[in-house]
Amino acid sequence: MNAIETRDLRKTFGGKVAVEGLTLEVRRGEVFGFLGPNGAGKSTSVKMLLGLVYPTSGAATVLDRPLGDVHVRARIGFLPEHFRFHDWLTAAEFLRTHADLYGMPDARVPKRISELLELVGLAGHRDKKLRDFSKGMLQRIGLAQSLLNDPELVFLDEPTSGLDPLGRLLVRDIIRDQRERGATVFLNSHLLGEVEVTCDRVGFIKHGRVMAIRALRHGGDGGMELEIRASGVCDGTVVQLNRWAASVRAEGDMLKLSVPNEDAVPEIVSYLVGTGARVYSVSSRRDSLEEMFLRILGSEGGL
Amino acid sequence: MGMRSIAALTLHEAARRRIGLAAFIIGALFLSFHGTGLYLMVTGGPLRDMNGRIPPLILRQILTTLSLMGLYAANWLVVLMTVLTAVDTLSGEISSGTIQSLAAKPIRRWQLVMGKWAGYVVLITVFMLLLTGGVLIEDKLILGFAPNHIPAALAMMWLESLVLLAVTLRAGASLSTMTTGVVVLGMHILAFMGGWIEQFGALENSPTAVHVGITASLLMPTEAMWRKAASEFQGPIIGLAGSSPFGTTSVPSMGMVAYAAIYMLVALGSAVRRFSRRDL
Repeated sequence: MNAIETRDLRKTFGGKVAVEGLTLEVRRGEVFGFLGPNGAGKSTSVKMLLGLVYPTSGAATVLDRPLGDVHVRARIGFLPEHFRFHDWLTAAEFLRTHADLYGMPDARVPKRISELLELVGLAGHRDKKLRDFSKGMLQRIGLAQSLLNDPELVFLDEPTSGLDPLGRLLVRDIIRDQRERGATVFLNSHLLGEVEVTCDRVGFIKHGRVMAIRALRHGGDGGMELEIRASGVCDGTVVQLNRWAASVRAEGDMLKLSVPNEDAVPEIVSYLVGTGARVYSVSSRRDSLEEMFLRILGSEGGL
Repeated sequence: MGMRSIAALTLHEAARRRIGLAAFIIGALFLSFHGTGLYLMVTGGPLRDMNGRIPPLILRQILTTLSLMGLYAANWLVVLMTVLTAVDTLSGEISSGTIQSLAAKPIRRWQLVMGKWAGYVVLITVFMLLLTGGVLIEDKLILGFAPNHIPAALAMMWLESLVLLAVTLRAGASLSTMTTGVVVLGMHILAFMGGWIEQFGALENSPTAVHVGITASLLMPTEAMWRKAASEFQGPIIGLAGSSPFGTTSVPSMGMVAYAAIYMLVALGSAVRRFSRRDL
């Protein structure tokens, strides 16, 4: 079951392509990181999924409903990138207004507001106007707003950009709580560390296109470097290893391979042994997210 | 539900940002000056000296003019208040991004526009009733005079503001705040000019000038609604001199009133349509 499915979602503004054919599946209950340089099309993608921006072409479903379905938004939470809110409201009034817009039952609202203010560390500021909030406090209240309705799916667009390290830890905890609750989290970010510690899978986006999707936990297909020490490996065998590996280099009795996932390891070893090679050691190293980022998106940025 | 929440938010904003308070203070100042002015005119000038010796028809004409002056100024205040308060409600929220967290909620775009519209209708109506009510009460107390057909005339003034509000929302759904203000006030001034051209045309027996004026009113039927209101206030007998803002030498027809109402509905529908189709 997928929380989000998109097919060739495309958006152009005038002649400029913001998102070029987004094809993506986000599973229910996972924390999905959307990683890419600034201007890569992350926010536009999220806005299309929320019905704020209309795609030029392509199709998508969110929580099994087609794009533009109004009712499904009652089950979605959203923290916008620039967290600009009506700053003449107090924190409690702001949450009250948004609870009304969600159509939440009146009886539940006061308790929920208190819980959320407590959660984001703003309980002492409930009657303070948002215009007197710091950037970090605005982001916290925005985060509270995105959780008001206990959403099945939460979009967080750069949720830690205004936060200090303590605030970032809070966001991590909140994301963890959401996962434990069974919610799906779609996290837009350009901060590698944040994605690395919170996400189950990550999509790399550049120039409005998904370049790769990798799992970050539970083994899976994170992409890894393999070093094999073996003797009796002929050139033909090395060439054959390309069946499993994205790249293969032979240096003396060392073979260095980049493989997409760990499922390839036993197959490669068994193939080598089958050719008569003698395998002495196999060591694997998983790519750090930073290495993946640089390998997939390149170092020149997305602009 | 969504529309009601947005309307409530709009009223809350007016209260919290002291728009209501500012309008109230300006209105109170306006009425103080208006009342003082009326009182001085009645007690200090030829009106007092000639009291009892002015033919009733002429007296009524003088009193009507005094009353219309106050209502005319009140009308301008309502016009400006309508445009200035509603001018950034769509464009401002779109450009600042505050609209995003609203539009991502389970409400439809039309509910957002109509909720705002409803909020402003309440504000404008209350403001208009306070101002015109104040003027009419002062007329009664100080001049001992009440103009004709008050409900019908007020309805025309109300329609004028509703047209302005609808056009403001329509422009704000596409344009920046500044451009919206320029366009809407510019169109109103155009209509205002058209009204004068029409009056002069009627006075000079120039059908071409009358047609030019009517064309301006078709482009923006706001000023025509004020002139319709002015003619209602004056009643059928007294037509004042043509070259004044109260001139009724060429009175807009009921057809023009119907046109203004349809114009307002079309502008509002177009605002909803434009806002519903745009990216936020």
